[in-house]
Formats: sequence, structure tokens, C-alpha cells
Amino acid sequence: MVDLNVNLGKIQLKNPVMTASGTFGYGLEYSDFFDISRIGGIVVKGTTLRDRQGNDYPRMAETPSGMLNAVGLQNKGVEHFAKNIYPLIKDINTSIFVNVSGSTVEEYVETALRVNELDNIPGIELNISCPNVKEGGMAFGTSCPSAALVVKEVRKVYSKELMVKLSPNVTSITEIAKAVEDEGADSVSLINTLLGMAIDAEKRKPVLSTVTGGLSGPAVKPIALCMVWQVYNSVKIPVVGMGGIMNARDAIEFILAGSSAIQIGTANFIDPTVSVKVLEGIEEYLIRHKFSSVNDIIGALEV
Amino acid sequence: MKKFIHDLVVKDNIELNDQYFLLILKGNSPLPEMLPGQFVEVRVDESPTTFLRRPISINYVDYTTNEIWLLIQIVGDGTRKLSTLKSGSLLNLIYPLGNTFTIPDGKNSNLLLIGGGVGTAPMLFLGSYLNDLGYKCTFLLGGRSKSNLLQLSDFEKYGNVLTTTEDGSFGEKGFVTQHSVLNNRDFDAIYTCGPTPMMKAVADYALKNNIFCEVSLENTMACGFGTCLCCVTNTTEGNVCVCTEGPVFNITKLKW
Repeated sequence: MVDLNVNLGKIQLKNPVMTASGTFGYGLEYSDFFDISRIGGIVVKGTTLRDRQGNDYPRMAETPSGMLNAVGLQNKGVEHFAKNIYPLIKDINTSIFVNVSGSTVEEYVETALRVNELDNIPGIELNISCPNVKEGGMAFGTSCPSAALVVKEVRKVYSKELMVKLSPNVTSITEIAKAVEDEGADSVSLINTLLGMAIDAEKRKPVLSTVTGGLSGPAVKPIALCMVWQVYNSVKIPVVGMGGIMNARDAIEFILAGSSAIQIGTANFIDPTVSVKVLEGIEEYLIRHKFSSVNDIIGALEV
Repeated sequence: MKKFIHDLVVKDNIELNDQYFLLILKGNSPLPEMLPGQFVEVRVDESPTTFLRRPISINYVDYTTNEIWLLIQIVGDGTRKLSTLKSGSLLNLIYPLGNTFTIPDGKNSNLLLIGGGVGTAPMLFLGSYLNDLGYKCTFLLGGRSKSNLLQLSDFEKYGNVLTTTEDGSFGEKGFVTQHSVLNNRDFDAIYTCGPTPMMKAVADYALKNNIFCEVSLENTMACGFGTCLCCVTNTTEGNVCVCTEGPVFNITKLKW
């Protein structure tokens, strides 16, 4: 048996495999396909203070080895989550994170306060990197002062694991990572989607209702790996890596680059059981290479 | 309904014309129950250009032979690749997905099933299902020309078949919404699937004549089971996922 426990600062995960926000619903949507309590963590859909209808259809475009989305944080608000969703998922034996987003610092703070009351939610993923909303979202995550401000204010009211999800749509992701670390983030997760667009030449129109959207899938993996490596070498807090992970080999590459845990996103749409396959593949890799713990390979890239 | 991920065997791939083909898939184990209106998400391959699954409505199910039929129109790379599948190959499905049509109470109900183009696909499954339950259906099927009217002999097993073609090569000339049967306004329910302008015209007719009407939408989607939130349509209850709240909607609920 290999040790799969990993440390994310204030909490430990039983294994490094998480599912990414916006790709795994509230977990229950996948319970027909496999025992979701096997994975290390689930990050539920982006949650805001109030109900959001999201953007107009069309919200999705398939692109080479990836997809663009422009969902725009559609959700029924944190109160709906606390009252109607939380009771259904609170006893699932895995670490459930709420992805928290907002248009203003006050909205982030209020949402985090409400989530803080939920005993079986051990952490939040602070989303300062959503590219698909007009106000807030990525705007907070693309400058050091605003990223620092929102983390500072949320940190004041939120005592549990505070993971901050970073945007790749910046000049220097390491500067943002350092800024949020300085304000008390327990961990950083990266990367959110890359800003992109798709055009229908026949109609001379954009494919997405919002013109631009967020690119995910294997197309972004080399960029994500690079950013994880850069951030791992710039901060002391744990890094959670994601971006186009489709299989265990991809996941191991992210761990070698410095990820203490990884998140699987777009791949869940194609193979709903992929996360548990990745978990089994990581275990198999550790045994084959005679490592006793997954911690032995975090950042173990030989450069 | 519980969802499954299965590899099904391609028993046959029948070219119906240059645009349409019929995949007959056979399960290695007994197929789960499926309802008319529901769809499957098929995995095309793992190539970069057909990265996501393709949602395809269920055309017909035969539990005795353990077969599912998928009627597919070639519209892009994904469906083109599916059209080349050879007998004996495997196709990975997530299914059954989505909701179903509302079946009326009275067995003597006067039911009209309207399909246009590839939208005729779920109407065959619905017609066979209604027929099994003892209902009588009228099918109204439309296409550009005679060669685009598909599976007519299959439809004839389950009810009276009326047709329109835009070029007048078969049935009445024009769109389905111009067919003379619509002069009778005594239908108890209309079910429809096809191009959006056609479904909107059918919905207008039903609303004007106060007829119960359900449409089946085919928005683009990534997952098919309610997690990507990409396939939404605007309804009286706000944006909802077509894959889980639909694809079948009562027209009074849609704001389209």
C-alpha cells in the first residue's frame, strides 16, 4: 500500500485527485457512474451570493483538443446551496470545497461567511479568475492589489482552508500567487480557463453569445504545466494543478511539476469515470517506481 | 433513471442517403429501460477535432433483440466519422439521458407526431412506444425532397403517415406546417422535433388552437447529464439545462 494522503495547508486530502469546479456539478450527478467518495476532493459549481442566470445560449464551442465555455457562473446562490444542496452531499466521505465567486469584495466576503457555517465543508476555492462574467471574477485575479484585497478580506472572516484559484490571463502568474500567499491563502489552484474565442466563418459571427469564453482541455495542458512549475518555485504554500488532465500520466506530470493535488475538469464530460481511473493510475505509478508516498513525487521533476 | 456507460456493438451501419445513416447497436448485456425523447451521448473517438461526445436521440429500441437504433445526419466531423463505423466495432454510450414525452391519459386521444429532417428520429421511438400502449398516432413528416423522407415503412407500422416535401416530389408540397391535416384542429396533443423554425411554427399553431404541445430541443452540449451547463434554454423558470430538464419541453414553458 502506498500513502496517498496529501497536505493542502489546513487540511489533508485522502488522495490527490480532485474534480474541478463547474465540471462535476455537486458530485451527485456522477454517483450513477462510480463511488464518488473514492476521490480526494470535489469542488462544487461556482457559487455566488445571489442567484445568477448565467449567459445566453450558445455557451459552448468545441475546439481542437478542447472546448470553450461561457457559462457565466449560473447558480442559485449560496443560500440555496446551504439549504437544498448541502444536506444531500454533506455526508459524502470526501473533502467538498465550495467555489466562491462574486462581483464585489463584499459579495465574496458574505458568501464565504455563509459557507463557513457549513460544518462539513472544509474549505473554499476562491474564484478570482472566471473569464465569463462582466464584473468581478477575473478582474480581481488579474492585478496584484485587487487579488490581495479580496483574499485579505475573505481571510478575515473565513477560518478554514482558503484555496485561491488563479487566472492564466495575466502577465505574471507568480506575482499574483505571491500576493495571495502574503494575504494568508492556504493554497493556490491553477489554472482557470484561458480567454479564447471561436468564429463561425459561414455566418460571420462568433460561436459564443458572449463572443469570448474560457478555453479548457488538453489544448491548455502545456501552458498549465508551465504555470504550475513557475508558481511551485515561487511560493511556499501547496499548489493544486489543473488544465487538460485526461489520464493518470497527465496527472503525474502535474504532480512532478509541483502540484500537491490535481483537479480534473473537462475530461469528466467525456469519461465520467476518469477521476477514479486517474487515482488508480497514480497508485500504479507509485508502486511501479517504488515510491511509498505520493509526497515523494510532488515537485520531484529533475531539472 | 439510472445512467449507464456501455460499449455497444455496431451490428449494422446503413446508409440511407448521402446525408443520413442508421446505426443499429446491440448490447452485450440486457439494455436498460429507455423512454421516447431520451438521448445517448456517443464517444466518437479520441482525436483532437472530435473531442467531445455527440448527443444523439434514440430512434428506436427493441428489447427482444437488445438493439438501439440511432438515426444520424452528417453535419460535421463527428457525425462524419460515425458514418464510417464498421459492423462489429464498438461504440461507447452514456445513456439513457434526458426526460420523455408526456403520454396522455385517454387511449382514444388524437395524437399528431410532427418530425422534420433528422427530427423525425425520436418520433419513430415515440410512435412505437405509443402503439405498444394502445394509442393511435398520426405522423406528419417533412423533408426537402422525397429522398429526405426516411424510415417511412417503419413509421407505417405504428400509425397513419402523412408527408410533405418542399419540392413537391412526395406528399403535399410545402412545409409540414402547411399540410392540410392541420385544417382539422381537433388534436389532443402534438409532439414535434425538427429545425427550430419548424418547431416554432408548430408551437404557434398549437397555442392558437389551444392544443397540448411538446417539442424536443437539440442544443449543443458537452456533458449531457447536467454538469457543464452549456445547453441551456430560456424558460419561464429561467435558464435550464436541455439535457436534464429536457430535451422535451411543453411549449408554454419555453421563452424562445
